Amino acid sequence: MNIKEFTEKIRKGVISVEENTSSVLKEAEKINKEYNYFNVISKDLALNQARELDKKLKNGFKGRLAGLPISIKDSICVKDVESAAGSKILKGYVPLFNATAVQKAIDEGAIVIGKTSQDEFGFGGFSTNAGIGFKIPKNPFDKERATGGSSGGCAGFSSITKYPHVSLGESTGGSIVNPAAFCGVAGLSPTYGSVSRYGIIDYGNSLDKIGPIAKTVEDCELVFDVIKGYDSKDSTSSKEDIKKDNKIRKVGIIRESLNVDKEVKEVIEKTINKLGFDYEYVSLPISMKYGIQTYYLIAPTEASTNLAKFCGMRYGAEEELKGNFNEYFTRIRSNNFGKEAKRRILIGTFARMAGFRDAYYIKALKVRTLIIEEYRKAFKKFDVLVSPTVPILPPRFSEINKLTIMQNYMIDILTVGPNLAGLPHLSVNAGFSKKLPVGIMFTANHFEENKLFNIGKRVESIN
Amino acid sequence: MKVDKELILKVATNARINLKEEEIKEFISQFKEILDSFSKLNEVNTNNVKPSFHPIDIKNVLREDVVKGCLSQEEALSNAKNKKDGYFKGPKVI
Repeated sequence: MNIKEFTEKIRKGVISVEENTSSVLKEAEKINKEYNYFNVISKDLALNQARELDKKLKNGFKGRLAGLPISIKDSICVKDVESAAGSKILKGYVPLFNATAVQKAIDEGAIVIGKTSQDEFGFGGFSTNAGIGFKIPKNPFDKERATGGSSGGCAGFSSITKYPHVSLGESTGGSIVNPAAFCGVAGLSPTYGSVSRYGIIDYGNSLDKIGPIAKTVEDCELVFDVIKGYDSKDSTSSKEDIKKDNKIRKVGIIRESLNVDKEVKEVIEKTINKLGFDYEYVSLPISMKYGIQTYYLIAPTEASTNLAKFCGMRYGAEEELKGNFNEYFTRIRSNNFGKEAKRRILIGTFARMAGFRDAYYIKALKVRTLIIEEYRKAFKKFDVLVSPTVPILPPRFSEINKLTIMQNYMIDILTVGPNLAGLPHLSVNAGFSKKLPVGIMFTANHFEENKLFNIGKRVESIN
Repeated sequence: MKVDKELILKVATNARINLKEEEIKEFISQFKEILDSFSKLNEVNTNNVKPSFHPIDIKNVLREDVVKGCLSQEEALSNAKNKKDGYFKGPKVI
């Protein structure tokens, strides 16, 4: 049952919100013991919301997401529910407000069932960099394998649940489409500025975006339509409308992106052939060759400044106030940040230090300009660009442990480009290889999400 | 770029992070790998190219200087453990 059908039944009173919510919560609790998709299951909040909604429905409430269970990535603030971004340093932090995207979903009748597991602050492509004391989500198709990341819990639960459900994920360098691909579901990382970023626990301000992960493209489309729009609380929010035109005249296959694992390539090529659009190959040499380095300079630099606020005061981890301020801040940060968080803070701090800033950070920002121009040029000719979402099948945890740092970061090679350029991109399941899901990714120009929904639905219809 | 203990400690001190001996060792070798990879960017000609701090054009957002609703003192302090007389309490500065 898709969301449109489900919410129709809720609005007509065929399904009780309270009963449905309590069944989903039971399922979530059971699945969580095995797969670790939730950091928090917000049972009381969800049941209260459900009871209130049942009353409102009797008085004619017509919300577009009426009764829909939604899960929220831990790095997105939910009022009265611990929101820790998967980090020990934010353990115990309970926001006093909802992120705008969350509030918009609730206003349309969505029921918040919990906060999903992730890499600490979004620092990873496998969800294996969970913060100290947090659990690592497991792939719904094989528990020995990763869900992808960093929105791993969002994608894992979206894939496995038997109920209508949508998750709100967050992407900085690929954290929505990557786990969507690894878990066989659809995920949209929208145009930068199209969905309010108010209430995100920041990773990189010029990159972070909130977007939906769901079983189908249609479900993603509906939720995107609810959460998008200008927000005066976010200074990077855009007033531009999403373009109506969804016609696909020409599709560009990113040539360098087919240099991936054989199993992935086979599924992608088969899907492209079956889709039957007017294709041409397009080369994105700078993005594909230098995107990773550009991203891993810019994102940690921004992260290192964003994470400076976590110092054991005001919220999150605190201790007895011993020592002077530098000693206290250092002790809190050293004891509560996980290893990858420390690594990215160090990389970012280095890249913006006097003497290194121009050679590393500013250089990367200049290459970013060239990457943006490269995509802009491609979209003069093509409506949509296509590539695999990730270059490999979901790996085993034992394989991830053996990767060097740069090998680990290379998982993002196909997703950092659109993220650096703020372009909307959608991952859809293209099929399976060795019983593991393969995601196909479509990228469109700014505010052209409708083209992505159009082509994404075509993929689903031929599979 | 020479990556040694001195550099790692300098960066870590700036970032207010204390590293254990084994962390220092690990970060030295990882920093070498990472900076080696970053040096690839030198192959790209960026003469006369402006840096992009954002993916799209961002303009300053201003509003009228009028008082709007905000958190109460009690709400603002609700997440803090170290507090006193309606204020956040921090560590010694001097």
